Amino acid sequence: MKNILVVEDSESTRSMMKTIIEDLGEDYHVFEAGTGFEALKLLPAEGFSLIITDINMPDINGIELINFVKSTPQYKDIPVIIVSTEGSEEDKDRGLALGAEAYITKPFKPEEFQEKIRVVLNP
Amino acid sequence: MSSSKKEFVSEAEELLEEAEEHLIELQESSETGVDPDTVNALFRSIHTLKGISGLFGQEGLKDLSHALEEILDGLRRGDIELTDEIIAFLFKNIDILKGLLKDADEGRPSDTVRYLEDIKEFRKGITNRAGKEPLRGVIDEAILNVLSSYEEQRLRACIGQNRGIFIASVVFSLEDFDKRLSELTDKIKKEGELISTLPTSEDIPQDSIGFKILFASDRNSDSLKTALGVEPVRIAGKKTAEEKRDTRAPAPSLRSISTTVRVDIEKLDRILNTIGELSLTRGALKRIEQELAETYGHSELVFDIHRATQSLERRLHELQQQVLEVRMVPIGQIFSRLAQIVRRYSREIGKPVDLEVFGEETELDKFIAEEIVDPLMHIVRNAMDHGIEGPEERKAKGKPEKGTMIVRAFQRGNSVIVEIEDDGRGIDTKEIRRKALEKGIITEETDLDDTELIGFIFRAGFSTKETVTEVSGRGVGMDVVKERISSIGGFVDVKTEKDTYTRFSLTIPITLAIIKSLMVKVGTYTFALPLSSIVETLTVNGDALQMIEGKMVYNLRGELLPVMPVADLFGTGPYRVEDGYIVVSGYGERRVGLLVDELIGGQEIVIKSLGAYFEGLKGFAGVTEVGRHNAILVLDVETLTEEILLRHKGLIHV
Repeated sequence: MKNILVVEDSESTRSMMKTIIEDLGEDYHVFEAGTGFEALKLLPAEGFSLIITDINMPDINGIELINFVKSTPQYKDIPVIIVSTEGSEEDKDRGLALGAEAYITKPFKPEEFQEKIRVVLNP
Repeated sequence: MSSSKKEFVSEAEELLEEAEEHLIELQESSETGVDPDTVNALFRSIHTLKGISGLFGQEGLKDLSHALEEILDGLRRGDIELTDEIIAFLFKNIDILKGLLKDADEGRPSDTVRYLEDIKEFRKGITNRAGKEPLRGVIDEAILNVLSSYEEQRLRACIGQNRGIFIASVVFSLEDFDKRLSELTDKIKKEGELISTLPTSEDIPQDSIGFKILFASDRNSDSLKTALGVEPVRIAGKKTAEEKRDTRAPAPSLRSISTTVRVDIEKLDRILNTIGELSLTRGALKRIEQELAETYGHSELVFDIHRATQSLERRLHELQQQVLEVRMVPIGQIFSRLAQIVRRYSREIGKPVDLEVFGEETELDKFIAEEIVDPLMHIVRNAMDHGIEGPEERKAKGKPEKGTMIVRAFQRGNSVIVEIEDDGRGIDTKEIRRKALEKGIITEETDLDDTELIGFIFRAGFSTKETVTEVSGRGVGMDVVKERISSIGGFVDVKTEKDTYTRFSLTIPITLAIIKSLMVKVGTYTFALPLSSIVETLTVNGDALQMIEGKMVYNLRGELLPVMPVADLFGTGPYRVEDGYIVVSGYGERRVGLLVDELIGGQEIVIKSLGAYFEGLKGFAGVTEVGRHNAILVLDVETLTEEILLRHKGLIHV
């Protein structure tokens, strides 16, 4: 059983990502956070194997979340996938510079997303 | 339509509504200065719309929101200046997006090329502000690296405006950091502009989380320290320039220092009632808007009235929240009254008691605070009469001779919890059982656990003490305590351990219960029905309404609905059937129809209990005041549904 944290403020996108991850058929449990704060609250409670985060969010943004994860000893080894959109390449690059493992650009095909997760979880 | 597409459409609709509201806000504040937060929120709405449109294969929506996003990005970064022309253009395009969404929802193809051309053309006409302030060298690299590009741009803009740049470092518990942080950032926003909130774990204990808050302000460190309660460190910006700009420093004046006024709570009640009535007016405006739209189509004027009613709705809600806030008082006011009672009564009955009070600063609505005074007094007296033992008895049990009573208040979510704890003999459940048997409430066979047995103390006429003492036994029992608390939407919980403690926990709503309701007319009477219990309303169709064995039923899409004229329930006199209305209401799976003469409209009301005089009156949830001293009864749909179903029993299988 692996716990995956999806941080994304759009509900429909979040539930779509959840479905795609569950369609992988592996023993993944998806936790959803609608804001950066919710993610910060979930982090210490659940041992996550992967974090998937959006960049633009209401309270703290994805860059700030990635910086927190990658600078905290007990979380820094959790791989992070950035979900970015066309036009926010600059922010995606900043996230990668802070230590995020991979990124995917919206809109994406389900298979693309699944492939990203597979690669990041089984390097 | 697939459920995920439905989800998409409803989220996209929400985003467009949000975007429109932000835009209205910007339009309204364009004279007082543009709030960067609102511009960013507007950007995020369109940005998210772009994201989900792409994911759900809505190319037209995606392309158009992408084109708009570029303009909005320029606005939020401060590259583009917000003008009336741009606001008008954005309004127009949000309407276009709404149209595209409608097309997508109904599966119609739509052509977006000309809209995209328009935006391109418009974009050409906007000039970017020139100049980029250098940041490297001014601000520490370590900070720059963790800013998003938007945040970096805002930082640049603030430095360009010669504002001071500060960092405030705070540490909060993981449990409530979101609330505490929001409180602080709200204060910061009043003093300047919040740029970034960086969570950090460096040198932070477990169970806690640190934040470095980067913000810009024209004020000096000292006045910021006073305003924020934390000491920020200046990392950029000249002090001299800022001292001159700090115009908010108070000038010596003969004006009174106090800025507070005392207001009668009734006046605040009246304001809330007026707000409730305004919501009725807003409903009327909304209807007019719909009719206009049906008659004249979606013309400019219809959009204007739509915007106006939306803005009205938002302001009404804000106003309501603000009034509720004004009504808040610290619970310490009540606690000091309790302390007096304890001191006086402990002398009277010869039981020395120490009172410890915690959480006096906890706030709740003034009306609710007044409502809980009597129940609290009763619990306190009860504890001193029956809970805490006399000094001799305590000595014999090895307890300190002086009893201890703890009164504690704290906030949990939307409730305030008030606890009253004594270190007395505890509640004897065996004694309760004996008493219940004696009264014939239970039999020898009845199997009850301690919690259920303790529940008996809240029954009318149930008291384990033979002698009624002067103070706690004034005909007011624990049953009244429970009733009072539940009449304001709260509940009581008891925990006890023999010879150790008894603790009463009262869970009480912080603010008044404001509910949406439908006002209906029956004869000359007006009643309010909680909207949450209404399923739908129908104009009576004579053919569908039938009498079976003297009982009224309505054929609702093939199902027989038991119907009862409200006038019959309360005997308010003759009623009309032919041009009446049926309010389909109920709870759970149960449905009945209430026949009324007229539907007046939706209104937000403040429910109050009917008071001790009307206790036991069935069918009413409470009363609300509309206008000045005009009381309207709120119907208790649960009881009415039960009643109607009972009267129709045997007739319809429900």
